[in-house]
Amino acid sequence: MEVQRSTEVKKAFMTGDDAVAHAARQSRVDLVAAYPITPQTIIVERIADFAANGEFGGEFVPVESEHSAMSACIGGALAGARVFTATASQGLALMHEMLYAASGLRLPMVMAVANRALNSPLNIHNDHSDIMGSRDSGWILLFAENAEEAYDRVIQAFRISEAVNLPVAVNMDGFTLTHSAEVVRMLSDDAVGTFVGRPPRRSTMLDKVPKSFGMMSLPDTYQYFKDDQLRAMDGSPAAISSVEREYAGISGRNYGPVKSLHAEDADVVMVMLGSYAGTARAAVEPLRAEGLKVGVLSLGWYRPFPSGELLRAVERASTLVVMDRSVSHGAPMHPLASDVAAALYRAGARKRILSVVYGLGGRWFTEDDARALFRYASKPGPDFESFFYYGGEMR
Amino acid sequence: MSSSGGPQVRSLFEIERKERLAPGHRACAGCGPMIAVRQILQAAQEDPVVVNATGCVEVVTSVYPQTAWLVPWAHVAFENSAAVASGVEAAMRALKAKGELEKERPVIVFAGDGGTFDIGIQALSGALERGHRMLYVCYDNEAYMNTGIQRSSATPYGAWTTTSPFGKAWPGKRERKKDIMGIVAAHGVPYAATASISHWKDLMTKARKALSYDGPTFLHVYAPCNRGWRFDPSLTVEVAKRAVETRFFPLYEIEGGKYRITLPVTKPRPLEDFLSLQGRFRHLLLPEYKEALETLKRMVDEQWERLSGMARA
Amino acid sequence: MSAEVKAKPELRFPVNPGGWYEGGSSVEYTTNDWRLERPVVNLDKCVGCLYCWIYCPEPAIVPLEREGGRPSKVKVDYDHCKGCGICEQVCPTKAIDMVAEEVKA
Repeated sequence: MEVQRSTEVKKAFMTGDDAVAHAARQSRVDLVAAYPITPQTIIVERIADFAANGEFGGEFVPVESEHSAMSACIGGALAGARVFTATASQGLALMHEMLYAASGLRLPMVMAVANRALNSPLNIHNDHSDIMGSRDSGWILLFAENAEEAYDRVIQAFRISEAVNLPVAVNMDGFTLTHSAEVVRMLSDDAVGTFVGRPPRRSTMLDKVPKSFGMMSLPDTYQYFKDDQLRAMDGSPAAISSVEREYAGISGRNYGPVKSLHAEDADVVMVMLGSYAGTARAAVEPLRAEGLKVGVLSLGWYRPFPSGELLRAVERASTLVVMDRSVSHGAPMHPLASDVAAALYRAGARKRILSVVYGLGGRWFTEDDARALFRYASKPGPDFESFFYYGGEMR
Repeated sequence: MSSSGGPQVRSLFEIERKERLAPGHRACAGCGPMIAVRQILQAAQEDPVVVNATGCVEVVTSVYPQTAWLVPWAHVAFENSAAVASGVEAAMRALKAKGELEKERPVIVFAGDGGTFDIGIQALSGALERGHRMLYVCYDNEAYMNTGIQRSSATPYGAWTTTSPFGKAWPGKRERKKDIMGIVAAHGVPYAATASISHWKDLMTKARKALSYDGPTFLHVYAPCNRGWRFDPSLTVEVAKRAVETRFFPLYEIEGGKYRITLPVTKPRPLEDFLSLQGRFRHLLLPEYKEALETLKRMVDEQWERLSGMARA
Repeated sequence: MSAEVKAKPELRFPVNPGGWYEGGSSVEYTTNDWRLERPVVNLDKCVGCLYCWIYCPEPAIVPLEREGGRPSKVKVDYDHCKGCGICEQVCPTKAIDMVAEEVKA
């Protein structure tokens, strides 16, 4: 892949993994410490290719496990470097304890997560159980629906994390996005390089005045650190939106916290994360032509949860079909459904919710499936239902 | 840039004596590991950046907001100090290459035997294999001391700990001490050495040597814990000294794969001189543990024979 | 007794992002009340070899530095000495004695 030098946009045909690797390369990353795991492997391999040809300006450290990958990234960020890593599934679970360290230390960093099911049983295909297990870790969590969005969000993530001093994970569906080739309109190296700039000044281990990071905090002080961390997360929407707007200026693309297809004018809205939103959208127009007022709302931000934008989008809807590609065992609702219900509750709003678990372990979801669910939700039913959807059958 | 052997530390008067550790930390009175840390930091000829694994040293020196470290310091977790240090080291290299950092700082890791021999072994192995420039110091107090004296793979055979107590069925720890130096040497590092806080000249010389290499180096430092080993706090240095004098903890170095015993012990003291000072071993002097004592003595002899053989080769 | 349930909007205990702190602050924490005995240096016997200094875990031994030369002798930092007694053990000229602290009634 030849390196672009001009300011033009280059239309490339590449997989999501390729796109993310290029985004990291163009974003003037200082350190990539990563461990391979299907389906993120191509990201790591591509970056190694760049490094081997002198096209990657930073250090590539092939660590011996994902836990060490996140640890090395934390070390690099403590030294003031711009760091990047990627993982999936078991790897994310293995580095779980380190995710809390990264956010607790308020370190800027970017990680691409190629969402994949968690063992056991072993399944290497796409669902969201890996990231849902880490949704409380204090990381900003963004979701991409296609390769181009993954590329865009990774580039933006560097600016976002450095603005709010919180780590950012960009989620992309494993295999579906990571291994399918799509058209990606890549910006030039110069455009991205100028956009990301260099990390702003902050306290690091390389400061002249010696500082201690990661101290032991007793009961008298610990809660203040978590309060400070939460305030940073709560205050991040403004920074995220600002970065998105600035990026739109050079790319013409701005996804925002939520993406709506007729949600504002629908009785039934399907709320989703990830690439299956595209499949659901394909079912919308034909159904609306039949007179069924349906719509799709795809969330681009997951943490911080875009409650305001979600509520505004579904204000007129009576029924929400909330699609979860993970299970929260023993909980009153599954992850996304739980967040949606909580957002409604906080606003004093109440709607009929169909909490649907689908697509686990890479299980298929077609236009027909979306249509079936929309029809089902358009008929009267209980205020709350929760079931597993297998495709071609209801329950 | 590499060199064989930095300047020898001959006396305490020729070193800068710059305090890189402030008092007021919460270590037990007479703490061996803190002596190890102080001696290493005194040996360094420029301010290092320190990565510290969870454990006694980390906990006592960083009770927020009181930090005893007068050098940049970071603690992240128990098992990953070598990985965190790898990231710091690689970041400095990247920033220097981009002209954003004038000079890379030496990286020193302080980790206990727990965070090195056991839970930390993977990260250590990875860092050594990848060849990062760092000095990894394992302060060995032969158990998980900070959590209350539980056995580690560094606990010697026959020693009492809370998870390897002696009784009718057990003599104390039933497994031999893990050969961490052998594991480190297998990675082909430029320099690795054992040291004891009792022999500061040997320790500080080795620290300077290690810091001069452009690659991963390792120091295995014997640092007695008076709480866990059960002896009076004033005897910390004496206990370490007798470990060396009885050949229980040999002082040697491996430089470029070549073994050298840096403190030959031609006439070793009887092992009882070392064991009798410590409550964790006193049961081995009783008749019912005679066999265990013989086993331990045999292990000490075999270790010395093997080491001498490798030094002669 | 009325209690403030909600924390005030501004953090009462301001923290640096990530909780870093400037090094060396432990010196404000005195550990002198830990000891039962204190080391007393006999300056006539002290030859300034600095063994007590290199073996002190704190450090609570301070070399009396001289302009451009080796330190003359040592003194004890009684704010931070925990009374472990290692210095008495390692002193080659027996210049240090551990003396019982006065018990405050």
